[in-house]
Amino acid sequence: MIKKEMIAMLLAGGQGSRLGVLTADVAKPAVAFGGKYRIIDFPLSNCINSGVDTVGVLTQYQPLRLNTHIGIGIPWDLDRNVGGVSVLPPYEKSTSSEWYTGTANAIYQNLKFMEYYNPDYVLILGGDHIYKMDYEVVLDYHKANKADITLATLPVPLEEASRFGVVITDENKQILEFEEKPEKPRSNLASMGIYIFSWPVLRDALIKLKDQPACDFGKHIIPYCHEKGSRIFAYEFNGYWKDVGTLGSYWEANMELIDLIPVFNLYEEFWKIYTHTEKIPPQYVAESALIDKAIIGEASEIYGEVHNSVIGAGVVIKPGAVVRDSIIMNDVVIGANTVVDKSIIAENTVIGDGCKLGVGEEAPNKVKPDVYAFGLVTIGGDSVIPDGVTIGKNTAISGVTESSDYPNNELAAGETLIKVGDR
Amino acid sequence: MMKAIGIVLAGGNSNRMRELSNKRAIAAMPIAGSFRGVDFVLSNMSNSHVQKVAVFTQYNAKSLNEHLNSSKWWDFGRKQGGLFLFTPTTTPQNSYWYRGTADAIAQNLDYLKNSHEPYVIIASGDGIYKLNYNKVLEYHISKKADITVVVSKLDERDDPSRFGIVNVDSDDRITEFEEKPIGANSQLVSTGIYVIRRRLLIELIEKSMQEEKYDFVKDILIRYRSIKKIYAYKMDSYWSNISSVESYYRTNMDFLNPEIRDYFFRQYPDVYSKVYDLPPAKYNAGAEVKNSLVSSGCIINGKVENSILFKDVFVGKDCTIKNSIILNDVYIGDNTHIENCIVESRDTIRANMNYVGKEDDIKIVIEKNERYAL
Repeated sequence: MIKKEMIAMLLAGGQGSRLGVLTADVAKPAVAFGGKYRIIDFPLSNCINSGVDTVGVLTQYQPLRLNTHIGIGIPWDLDRNVGGVSVLPPYEKSTSSEWYTGTANAIYQNLKFMEYYNPDYVLILGGDHIYKMDYEVVLDYHKANKADITLATLPVPLEEASRFGVVITDENKQILEFEEKPEKPRSNLASMGIYIFSWPVLRDALIKLKDQPACDFGKHIIPYCHEKGSRIFAYEFNGYWKDVGTLGSYWEANMELIDLIPVFNLYEEFWKIYTHTEKIPPQYVAESALIDKAIIGEASEIYGEVHNSVIGAGVVIKPGAVVRDSIIMNDVVIGANTVVDKSIIAENTVIGDGCKLGVGEEAPNKVKPDVYAFGLVTIGGDSVIPDGVTIGKNTAISGVTESSDYPNNELAAGETLIKVGDR
Repeated sequence: MMKAIGIVLAGGNSNRMRELSNKRAIAAMPIAGSFRGVDFVLSNMSNSHVQKVAVFTQYNAKSLNEHLNSSKWWDFGRKQGGLFLFTPTTTPQNSYWYRGTADAIAQNLDYLKNSHEPYVIIASGDGIYKLNYNKVLEYHISKKADITVVVSKLDERDDPSRFGIVNVDSDDRITEFEEKPIGANSQLVSTGIYVIRRRLLIELIEKSMQEEKYDFVKDILIRYRSIKKIYAYKMDSYWSNISSVESYYRTNMDFLNPEIRDYFFRQYPDVYSKVYDLPPAKYNAGAEVKNSLVSSGCIINGKVENSILFKDVFVGKDCTIKNSIILNDVYIGDNTHIENCIVESRDTIRANMNYVGKEDDIKIVIEKNERYAL
């Protein structure tokens, strides 16, 4: 008989549109992080480190990179006879076929998957945060409270609480009220989008609300359960937790890893973060190289200068190139004598010789001022930048670009250059 | 290729490895920052689509067994083939260790008898090279050879007395085979890679056992060279044997050469190894690295020059590491100077130490300190 006490359902179908061109070809959970990892590695490693060995990963938007990354779950020890990792895309049904229309709708469409494992509890996770959390501790808390639902919450500064969904609790941390982005927050406990449900409660709610359009946990399932009197508790999490949903926070979270002793330390033996290792060989640092304060992935070759940056695996930084305050993902080539300042360059991109990235004054991005901000240059995966061009701040580039795309060999601050089509 | 099964001879030890062999068999020696010796032969097997491989271990096999804990790292199957580890065990019929390479095969003759592939590829675990064994097999078949020995040109920096030296006729048939001669009259060395028909190997091994002869090279290759057709397959790509401290050091340092690095690290096919889940290398203020290889998990606070840092090495502030090899999981305290040395793995080197070897006499550093929470 098959029985798993707790299984996890990981919502990994979102586009993460605020990451701009970084998520043009990949879902947000598959975006690279920290010179080696992808964002989904954090919840997946948390699962196996917490003893959760059955994980359904719900995919929808651009799943190919995610699929190859997860494979059969070998890196996380999630290749199991019973359980392990399963990738769950939307599928065709005999009566109706629909995409995942909301977080809870996605889970509802996989009711049979969950039933198969006969769980007592279901853990709902997102794929867009950097953190280490022991879900088993949350489960113990859930059991001790005889809760129906436990929400993981994070204390945030009260003045920032209005950006979050906050919960108001009694002295036992039982939740009395929810407030979504309140103007005058009465609590500083922000919901992290991590839930443990007692299985019968989740099952009942999903079935009752199955016809709710775009059924969502925060908007529909939790309020429904709250209304009918479920015991909902807030678990207070006090560790490092970083939302990497915007280019600014994504850049910042990467840069924090470079600190002498980072708050979020990947070098501890305890609570390892696992990933699909794409390259094994060591990195080479040449005679001509100069590196101060950086983390650098496997098999990269550094001939130029690297200051305060996160460099992925298989990257080549050619002689005379200077990279400062930047994130360079796997297999990028930085041309000779090119200077890169405060840029995010996604995988397999080739930057020509003698370019200047991230120079001059800031100007708001003309197309998506909220996305391409923070003074960053953002370049999508598989792009090509020709030799000798100058690129200003708050810019975005994607695709194979040529000299003719750059009037006066320049892309001014605030411009966006997106070339689509097969490459 | 389901035409051949593989045998990897990885039981060996050598006093030429000095203190380095106290800890592990040669095949388990860390190489080029992120690999171990045996990874090269196993990757070659896998990349040649040899799907069933047995590794024979004997001497100090703990490191090797740990490294070979899953067939997944080299992409061997589990049902159609797989990776097998044969360490000597006592049985009612036999209470000996492997008395030689032929005896090792004899004690596991069932592995040969129960396979159906017509050929066997035998290779040692201490060679650093890339080779498509199918090419050797094609050659073996075209020559109608009984045994094919892969040979390489002797590196002029190396000592012929470590090798088997072969002489060939105009057709590349081996006429002379001399094991570890003092002076060599040929520049062709055996790489310890052989191709042979499975049934012939079983027959030769069984005959040797009846005659109580236990060494594959001495008692089979050399003894049979005039009555069996033994051919030499000349390999002209990079090949190096690591079973002496000098050649081990030199082979590692070869990876600082851009052509050799490109050949092994970037050109198809890849070399595989067990994955250790270490974070990327970290350079803190004060790090100054020149012409060196740095592996994952390293944290660098000092100077590193013409050196190879293996996995998980910590270099303290104001250190100088020069022309040296620092093996896995070594912590080096502040202000320590290390030059022309090999630092043994899992060691903790105290602060303010000074270890200097010579270019032609590499020093092996072993402190054996306990490491407390650092």
